[in-house]
Amino acid sequence: MLHNLTKLRPVLLLLLVPVLLTTACFPSHPQSTFEAAGPVAEAQLKLFYIIFWAAVFVFVVVNGAFIYAFIKYRRRANEAHLPKQTHGHTVLEITWTIAPMIILAIITVPTITTIFYTAEPPPGKTLELKVIAHQWWWEFEYPDLGITTANELHVPVGMAIDVSLESKDVIHSFWIPKLAGKMDLVPGHINTMWFQADRAGEFYGLCAEFCGTAHAQMRFMVHAEKQSDFDAWVESIKATPGEMTGLAAKGKDLFVNKGFDGTLRGEKVTAQRCAFCHTVEGLPIRGAVGPVLTHVGGRETIGAGIIDNSAGNLKAWLTNPDKMKPGVGMPTLSIADDELDALVAYLEGLQ
Amino acid sequence: MAVASGRKYSVLRRPTVATGWWGWFVTVDHKRIGILYGITSVLFFLLGGIEAITLRLQLSNPENALVSPDVFSQLFTMHALTMIFLAIMPLSVAFFNIVIPLQIGARDVAFPRLNALSYWVYLFGGLLLNAGWLVGRAPGSGWFAYSPLTSTAFDVAGGMDFYVLGLLMLGTSSMAGAFNFIVTIINMRAPGMTLMRMPVFTWMTLVTSFLLVTAMPVITVALIELGFDRFVGTNFFNPTMGGDPVLWQHLFWVFGHPEVYILILPAMGIVSEVLPTFSKKPLFGYPFIVLSGVFIGFMGWTVWSHHMFTVGLGPVANATFAVTTVLIAVPTGVKIFNWLGTLWRGSIEFNTAMLFALGFVILFIIGGLSGVTHAAVPADAQQQDTYYIVAHLHYVLFGGSIFGLFAGIYYWFPKVTGRLMNEKLGKLNFWLLFIGMNLTFAPMHWVGLDGMPRRIYTYDSAMGWDFWNLFSTVGSWVILLGVLVFLHNIMRSLRKGEVAGNDPWDGRTLEWSIPSPPPEYNFAEIPTVSERDAFWSEKYVENEDGIPIPIKKRPSSGGKDTNDIHMPGLSYFPFVTALGMAICFFGVLIHISVIVIGLVVMLFGIYGWAFEPADPEPESGSH
Ligand code: HEC
Ligand SMILES: [Cu+2]
Ligand SMILES: [Cu+2]
Repeated sequence: MLHNLTKLRPVLLLLLVPVLLTTACFPSHPQSTFEAAGPVAEAQLKLFYIIFWAAVFVFVVVNGAFIYAFIKYRRRANEAHLPKQTHGHTVLEITWTIAPMIILAIITVPTITTIFYTAEPPPGKTLELKVIAHQWWWEFEYPDLGITTANELHVPVGMAIDVSLESKDVIHSFWIPKLAGKMDLVPGHINTMWFQADRAGEFYGLCAEFCGTAHAQMRFMVHAEKQSDFDAWVESIKATPGEMTGLAAKGKDLFVNKGFDGTLRGEKVTAQRCAFCHTVEGLPIRGAVGPVLTHVGGRETIGAGIIDNSAGNLKAWLTNPDKMKPGVGMPTLSIADDELDALVAYLEGLQ
Repeated sequence: MAVASGRKYSVLRRPTVATGWWGWFVTVDHKRIGILYGITSVLFFLLGGIEAITLRLQLSNPENALVSPDVFSQLFTMHALTMIFLAIMPLSVAFFNIVIPLQIGARDVAFPRLNALSYWVYLFGGLLLNAGWLVGRAPGSGWFAYSPLTSTAFDVAGGMDFYVLGLLMLGTSSMAGAFNFIVTIINMRAPGMTLMRMPVFTWMTLVTSFLLVTAMPVITVALIELGFDRFVGTNFFNPTMGGDPVLWQHLFWVFGHPEVYILILPAMGIVSEVLPTFSKKPLFGYPFIVLSGVFIGFMGWTVWSHHMFTVGLGPVANATFAVTTVLIAVPTGVKIFNWLGTLWRGSIEFNTAMLFALGFVILFIIGGLSGVTHAAVPADAQQQDTYYIVAHLHYVLFGGSIFGLFAGIYYWFPKVTGRLMNEKLGKLNFWLLFIGMNLTFAPMHWVGLDGMPRRIYTYDSAMGWDFWNLFSTVGSWVILLGVLVFLHNIMRSLRKGEVAGNDPWDGRTLEWSIPSPPPEYNFAEIPTVSERDAFWSEKYVENEDGIPIPIKKRPSSGGKDTNDIHMPGLSYFPFVTALGMAICFFGVLIHISVIVIGLVVMLFGIYGWAFEPADPEPESGSH
C-alpha cells in the first residue's frame, strides 16, 4: 500500500505542479535540483522559477488563444459564405514583436546578474579544491591542505569552495545537483567554479557529460560537515596508515609485490601489481592509473560511488571489476581465494 | 551545335526507358526523385524509431540489462544521426523536390541530374553511416562526437570511422541539393511570381537551402580534420599534442545550431501552407512571416555557444550568447502570432493535415518555452545534459519537425498519388502520435530536473526515477502504434484511397491547378502569376466586404499540344557517379585499391555526365 502511494505520488505531483512549486514541497530525491542546499544552486533555482513562471504565463495566454480560436472558428455545416480575407494588421504586428521583447528583457536582467554571481566565489575565506577527472573516477586534491583523495569529497559547511577542474583523458562534467550546476572538465583546459553547502549532509555528485562506456557509473559522494568534523577528517587523511598485522600484512605484501595476470577490456595483461596503479602513502611504489587507496577503508563507497564499501563488495570488485562496472580501467586479475581475503583485509585496514 | 559536339565524346547513349524498376535508377524527374527521397527517409525513420524503442526499453527499469553499455551508446548515437540526417532532413528534401517546382510554376528543378545525384549520394551515405552495425561497431561517441572521445585512443572499436565518412557523403548530398533549390527558386519562377508572391513553403525552402550551403561546409571542415586525426594521425583535436577539443565543439555547433533551423524551417513552411488552406483565409502577415523566417536564419549563426554554456567559456561569452539566444524567441513569436491571426475569424476544418499543423503549433510552443529556460545560463547549468534537454529537443524536433512533416504528407499525398489518405485512420494516427509523444516526453522535463543525466544506460532505483521512466517507455509504444497506423494508412490509401482530383482542398497555390498526379511536364502551359495566392485568385474574386466569391469556371485552355514540351532526358550518370563515390568512401575502410576503383567509376560517371548528349534520340537522328 505504502509502496503504491509512493508510486502515485509523482503523478499527483505533476498535476499539482503550480501549487507544489509555491509551497516548495517535493519528494526528497537525492539528485533533485529543487532542493538547493547552497547559494549557487539556490541562485540557479531562483532564476529557473522566474523564467518558469514567465513561460507558464506565455503558455497559458498563447495556447489559450489558440484553443479559443479552434472552438470559436471551427467550420460549421451551414456556413453561408467563406470568411473575410484579411491579410494582416500592422499595429498587431508591432505589438506582438514588442511584447515578447519586454518579457525577454525582464528575464535577461536576473540571468546576467546570476551569471556573474555564480562565476566567481564571493570575497572572503575560501577552500581551494582541485578536481581531476579520469575515465571513470574522480581525484580530489586540496592544495591548501596537502591532501588527495578519490571519489569522496568532504567540505566544511558554510565555506565557499573554490574549484578548479581538469581532465586527464576525455571531457567530463562535474555536477552536484543540490549544491551547484555543472561545469565541464576539458583536457588541456583548466575550468573554475564555486559552490558552498549551507547545511551538513550527504550530497550526490556525478559526471554529466558522456565520457564513454562507464559514464553512467562515474559518481561521487559529497560529505558536508561542521568545520570541526572536517578538520578531524583532514587529520585522518594526512595520517599515513599504520603497520599491518596478520592477514592484512600478507595483503599488503601482495599489493606491493605480487604480479597478477588477467584481462583488461578483452586484452591479456600480465604481471600487474596493485601498487603500479594505486597509491597508498608509505609504500615504496606510487601508482597513478587508479584512485588513491591510502584511506579506502574509510570510504563509504567503491567503484566511483557505485556500491557500498563492504568486505563482500570489495571481494567482488577485486574478483571481477568489469562485471560491476563494464568498461572499467582496472583489469580482471586471477587472484586466488586466500589472496583475495588478504587483500580485502589490507584494504579494510587502510582507514 | 554544342549538343552535336557533345555527342561525339559521349560514352553511353541516354537511356530511353523510364518505366519499370530500372526507370527509378535513371530518372531525373523531380517528382520521382521526391518520391525516392520520401520512401527512403520513412524507412530510415522506422530504423531510428526501432533504435528509440530499444533505448526506452533499456531505461524502463532501473539496472536493466537488455543491452550492454556499448550497444546503448551506439543506439543513442545512431538514433540521433538517423533521425536528423537520414529521416527529417531528407523528408524535408522530399517535399522540396515534389512541391517547389509545382509551387513556382516550373517544369523541373534547375539541374535535374544533380538532383538525382543528391538522392543517390544520400542513400549511399545513409547506408555507409549504418554499415557499422554490420561489423558490430556503429558510431558510439554521441552524435555531437565530442573529441577526444572520438580519437582512435578512446574510440578503440573504431565506430567513428563510419561517422566521419557517412556524414561527409551526406553533407555532399545536402549541399548539392541546396544549391539546386537556390538556383531553381531564384531563376525558374513563373512570370509574375515576384519574391514577395512566393508561397511561404518556397520561401522557407530558400532560407533552409542558404543555411545548408553555409553550414554544411563548417561540419565538412570539422569532419575532414577529424578524419585526418583518425586516419593519418594528425592532432587537430588531440589535447596531449597541443590540439584543442573545444575547437571541435565550436565547429560542430556553428554547424549544429543552423542545423536546428534546417530541421524546423521546412516544417514551419508546411504549416504556413496548411493553416491558410484549412482556415479558408490567406496567411496573416505574410511579409512578417517571411521576414521572421529570414531573421531566424540569420540569428541561427549567432547562438551556437548556447550548447556550450558549461564548457567554461567565461561569464562574458555566456552572457552574450544568452542574449542572442533569447532574441530568437522574438521572430519565432511573430510567426506563432501570425498563425493565430490566420486562424482568427477563419473557417477551420479539422482534417488530419490541419490537426498535425495545429499539433505542431501547440507542441512547438512548449519546446520553444523550455528553450528559453536554458537560454538562462545559470538555470542551464542544472539542465544541461539532463533529460530536461531531451524533453525540450523532442518537443521541437518531434512535436515540431515531425508533426510539420506529417502535416505535409497528409496535405500533398493526394497531389503526388492522385488519391486522398484515409481521414479516419489519419485522425487515429494523429491522436496516437499526439498523446504518445506527450506521454513519452513530458515526464522527461520532470525527470531531468530531478537530476537524471542523459546518455546513461542504467540508474539506481534510489534516485526515484523509476516510475516516470517506465511511463515514458509505455508512451513510446503509443508512438509506435501511431506510426504503424500511419504506414497502414499509406499502403491502404495508395490502393483504395478516394480519387483526389486536381484540387481536393480548394488550395491557394499553383500545385493545385494541375492534375494529380501531375504529368511529367507539370504545367501544359506555364502560368502567369499576378497575385500572392496565385491559384486562389484564379478561382475567387473578393466582394467589397472582402468575402471571396467564386468566379465562373473559365473555359479550359485545354487541347494544348504537349508533345513538343522539352523535358530533360534520363541519365545513368548520377547513379554511376554516386556509386563511384560510395565505393571510394567504403574503400577508405577496406583497402586503397577499392578507393582507386571507386575513383575510376566516379571519374567515368563525371566524364559521361559532362559529355552526355542533351536528347535521347538515336545517333542517326536529324538535328
Ligand atoms: C591497470 C591498473 C590497475 C591495477 C593493476 C589495479 N587497479 Fe584497482 N583500479 C584501477 C582503476 C582505473 C580503478 C578505478 C575504476 C573506476 O572506478 O572506474 C581502480 C579501482 C580500484 C578500487 C576502488 C577504489 C574506489 O575508491 O572506487 C579498489 C579498491 C582497487 N582498485 C583495488 C585494487 C587492488 C587490490 C589491485 C591489485 C589486486 C588493483 N586494484 C589493481 C586500476 C588498477
Ligand atoms: Cu561522464
Ligand atoms: Cu542550438
